[in-house]
Amino acid sequence: MPETVDFIPFVNWPTWLEGLIVMAVVYFAFVSVLAMFFIWWERKVSAHMQSRLGPMRTGLWHGWAQSPADGLKLLGKEDLLPDDADKPLFRLAAYLAFVPAFAALVVLPFSAKFVFVHEMHVSLVFIFGVLSLEIVGVMLAGWASNSKWALYGAIREACQVVSYEIPMGLSLLAPALTVGSLSLAVIGANQGAGLHEWLMFRNPFLFVAFFVFFIASLASCKRAPFDLPECESELVAGFLTEYSGMRWAMFFFAEYTVMYIIGALTAILFLGAWYDPFGIILGMEQAGQSWAAAVAGAGVMVVKGFTIVFVQMWLRWTLPRLRIDQVMYVCVKVFLPASCITLIGSAAWQWLAGGLFQQITQIVLTVLGTAGGLYFVALLARALVKPGQGILPTIITSWHAEPAPAPVAPAAAEEGQANG
Amino acid sequence: MREPGESITTPGMIIPDPVNVDALREGAGELRTEEMIINMGPQHPATHGVLRVILRTDGELILDAIPDIGYLHRCAEKIGENVPYTQFVPYTDRMDYLAAMNNNIAYCLAVEKLAGIEAPPRAQYIRVIVAEMNRIASHLVAWGTYGLDLGAFTPFLYAFRERELILDLFEALCGARLTYSYMAIGGVRFDATAAWCDKVREFLDYFEPKIAEYNELLSFNQIFIKRTANVGVIPPDRAIAYGLSGPVLRGSGVKWDLRKDTPDLVYDKMDFDVCVGDGRMGKVGDCWDRYFVRVLEMVQSARIIRQALAQLPAGECRAKVSRAFKPPVGEVYYEIENPRGQLGFYIVSDGQAVPYRLKARGPSFCNVSILREIARDCLLGDIPAIVGSIDVVMGEVDR
Amino acid sequence: MNAPEIIAALTEQFGAGVVSSEAGGTHPHAVIAPEAWPPVAVYLRDEPGLKFDFLRAVSGVDYPAENKLVSVYDLISTVHRHTFAVKVAAPRENPHTPSVSAVWPTADWHEREAFDLLGIVYDGHPELRRILLPEDWQGHPLRKDYAWPKDYNGIPCASLVNP
Repeated sequence: MPETVDFIPFVNWPTWLEGLIVMAVVYFAFVSVLAMFFIWWERKVSAHMQSRLGPMRTGLWHGWAQSPADGLKLLGKEDLLPDDADKPLFRLAAYLAFVPAFAALVVLPFSAKFVFVHEMHVSLVFIFGVLSLEIVGVMLAGWASNSKWALYGAIREACQVVSYEIPMGLSLLAPALTVGSLSLAVIGANQGAGLHEWLMFRNPFLFVAFFVFFIASLASCKRAPFDLPECESELVAGFLTEYSGMRWAMFFFAEYTVMYIIGALTAILFLGAWYDPFGIILGMEQAGQSWAAAVAGAGVMVVKGFTIVFVQMWLRWTLPRLRIDQVMYVCVKVFLPASCITLIGSAAWQWLAGGLFQQITQIVLTVLGTAGGLYFVALLARALVKPGQGILPTIITSWHAEPAPAPVAPAAAEEGQANG
Repeated sequence: MREPGESITTPGMIIPDPVNVDALREGAGELRTEEMIINMGPQHPATHGVLRVILRTDGELILDAIPDIGYLHRCAEKIGENVPYTQFVPYTDRMDYLAAMNNNIAYCLAVEKLAGIEAPPRAQYIRVIVAEMNRIASHLVAWGTYGLDLGAFTPFLYAFRERELILDLFEALCGARLTYSYMAIGGVRFDATAAWCDKVREFLDYFEPKIAEYNELLSFNQIFIKRTANVGVIPPDRAIAYGLSGPVLRGSGVKWDLRKDTPDLVYDKMDFDVCVGDGRMGKVGDCWDRYFVRVLEMVQSARIIRQALAQLPAGECRAKVSRAFKPPVGEVYYEIENPRGQLGFYIVSDGQAVPYRLKARGPSFCNVSILREIARDCLLGDIPAIVGSIDVVMGEVDR
Repeated sequence: MNAPEIIAALTEQFGAGVVSSEAGGTHPHAVIAPEAWPPVAVYLRDEPGLKFDFLRAVSGVDYPAENKLVSVYDLISTVHRHTFAVKVAAPRENPHTPSVSAVWPTADWHEREAFDLLGIVYDGHPELRRILLPEDWQGHPLRKDYAWPKDYNGIPCASLVNP
């Protein structure tokens, strides 16, 4: 098993100034495009789930330019500051919410060779720590808005996100412990041999840890059904109530960037990182085609990350929202014990299991997981092939298309009489 | 004129009396928290228009919720005293704007009873058909917005997709999609053609299987049940005492439906069930029961429409009523079962062309009056669930 | 029970409390003296043969010619399915009527509405304040002699009826 990995950072310039400039331009462009793509994608996904089309006009193809157009509109909007708001904090909050998402992407590997800025040996801890700073921005936003709804949103955010970080952190330690490294690169590099080597399928505790991590990550990036800090029907818009224009957009950029980071993190920690299920990319690496493998790996990584983002969207447009006491109940009474058990369990498994027993477990879990995944794919496919039961009757269109139906004549006479 | 900088508090603005929180939580000691008063509404996404609920909260806990209405008051009753009987029909459209047909019918029936007019049988059947179609449309909105209140956005659009077809049918029938003014005193304004009736059947064929999908998507979703079961429980005796009606009353397990109990039009010839809440997911009379009664009623409405279409007799659809219509001196109180409950009109006539007094009893007005009693000691997240399950239409509350 | 029987039962029970009655027509009702109204309400609600447990509406009507402000209580029984109405009249210059919001809680808001729009004061009502109109509105619009204000807090109120 690889213990360390050599990385070629995207940006590796001789002086820090050049590096900073290039990084700022390339990196900011990447994050903006990513977030704008997700916003467009979410609108299309939700639209197709709701028998709509979503944006179709902006740009030539399926409204692809809707997000840039919205961005321009938001840039041009009046910079509104509530009279009673704490103005410096109000301004600062949007950036404080955005920067952590931005920073977490710095060390996120895309494949065995690609990382944005710098590979760290403790990148897992770095990402986890930096992401949890986002809450400071949200808290400040809620406090500085001087609005009761915003305050509620901020307090809920504090309550929910801080609580969910514990099960999330514990379930995230289980794969790190199994591999024996806190470096995402090393964790990823250990899962190349095929589907059964993906960390999720290594042992039953990791299998559970995957679900705990995924649900807890939904809660900590405020996605439905845990979107209580900004839930529209209760808190108007929660901590976003007083925000508008570009500052409001900053929160959204942060949210969608974090969605991808969570997706990528889930893929690296549990779903085989940048390796395909059949060990083809690992084979390329071993055959010396390291660049080809890196490019293919980056593609696989993006597909995996986007799939998880899609699942997040799918859940959001399907499920109602939980209530705050239920959210806390799930965290403290279900996920906290579950994540502790998964951590202790995987540690014990490392120590005790091995040999044939290990292999059989891996095969059983792989079959189980694959079957579950295929079931959901089949559900989606059915929805795509057969949209709803029964075809929408064309009541009014066919009405107009038909030549005037015969019984209209006496009715028209009556109408005339009634009107007369 | 208000001076700049002057307080924007209206003189009579309600500030609830402070309550000793320590008394509410024994042994709270140093954990005592401060109360906060929040205005939920009149502009708020979950208050279905302009309902204002003044919340006295302790953190997420609601200590008191005082509904404050009147933001959509349009003096309908004062207008009623100033326009001729026939001209008041469009104003009834604008009371419960999600069930304008039913409002038209209630008003026209009240005036007809006052004047001793009876609509021809065909008109009565058409009235039943459009009333039940509008009931489905109204319950669809209630179903969709209830999902929206609880954070599920998708049901709302499914509901509107189906409702759109009903609106299309109404448009084909009378030219309007929301405020129909389709009923006239003594009948209906335009006859329903055979082709239109076929389209209604086509709609029902499409719609009836959809209800099972709705249940899959929302009614039996575990999160939805957790949010609505055992929340906002209204015991049956309180429901009757507060004059609740419609699905809110039936959700409490009271089998009371004017279509069955004091049948008007041709409801006595229809075979349908009165759906009541049975506490399947929690206590009888909780939000889930009220919600599910609406879903079940859509099925029954579809049944009634099918029967009425099958029995639809030929003939006139409007009795001869003089344009300068003047009912005799007298008074009448008449009520029918609206999608939201019992809509009543009290009309006093002094023999003139305009009513002497016209009062509308809106079901939502009575239904929302129980809010303060049931929205106590719940969580902030329960308020949209409770308000949504009552399904208020503010146009009718404030008139 | 039909309307004549209900009226007979009320007259037997309360005698002079029933001022007048109308058993026929489109709106059978009894006119009850204000001081007798709360006991009559309790009787109507609790008497096993009557059981008027559902108060449908409280409508105020202004009769300036007779110098009366009348509250009309429309009742229905969910047990017996019969309907009845009760009218309670109050003089226009001092319109006091006993509240029955303790008998039927739904009367709370209905009586507030009648107070708001017609100025009938319901004695014993727990919270008699305006409900539909703003709290600082002047006058009671559904009275027949209501004069429209020229403006409300600086907002002009010109209209067809108030040019």
